Amino acid sequence: MDVNIIFKIAIVGILISILNQVLIRAGREEMAMMTTLAGIVIVLLMVIDLISDLLNSVRSMFRFYY
Amino acid sequence: MEILQIVAIGIIATLFAIILKQQKPELAIYISIAAGLFIFFLILGQLSGVIDILSKIVQKSQIDTIYLSTLLKIIGIAYITEFGANICRDAGEGAIASKIELGGKVIIMVMALPILAGLMEIILKIIS
Repeated sequence: MDVNIIFKIAIVGILISILNQVLIRAGREEMAMMTTLAGIVIVLLMVIDLISDLLNSVRSMFRFYY
Repeated sequence: MEILQIVAIGIIATLFAIILKQQKPELAIYISIAAGLFIFFLILGQLSGVIDILSKIVQKSQIDTIYLSTLLKIIGIAYITEFGANICRDAGEGAIASKIELGGKVIIMVMALPILAGLMEIILKIIS
């Protein structure tokens, strides 16, 4: 578990929002939508590992043995 | 000093979340999720020592270990439930958050039921 993931998400978010603005100004609304979607998917892939880590560690720590 | 780390991460994540919330609120949620998970993992190391000592005490005093394991399960469910519900509420979905909390309450009740049944049995034994 690394604190860098928070910075990574923030960087991806800022880049995506800048790209979004540029593309909207250039009149490419559909491309802007696609970049937003791509950014969300990338960040989701980062976070989903963390969530599964959380659930596994809670399961082992609080002894959820089904 | 873990607490300094926790506070620093919280403040930094809040700053990033505020910056992103104006442009992309959906990515700000990811930052709050990641910060919450990171803080939880920092806490987890500390908590494992407490749980070890608790289980040692339980073993020494020869209490049935099922009580401790039920208690730990309930604490875990409460934590997970609160985490999920808070994230949903941050994203503005109060209804889903209340449903998550309802689910947590019901599952905690189901977990606690065997203990309650044991208590009732003891009371009935004393009365008769």
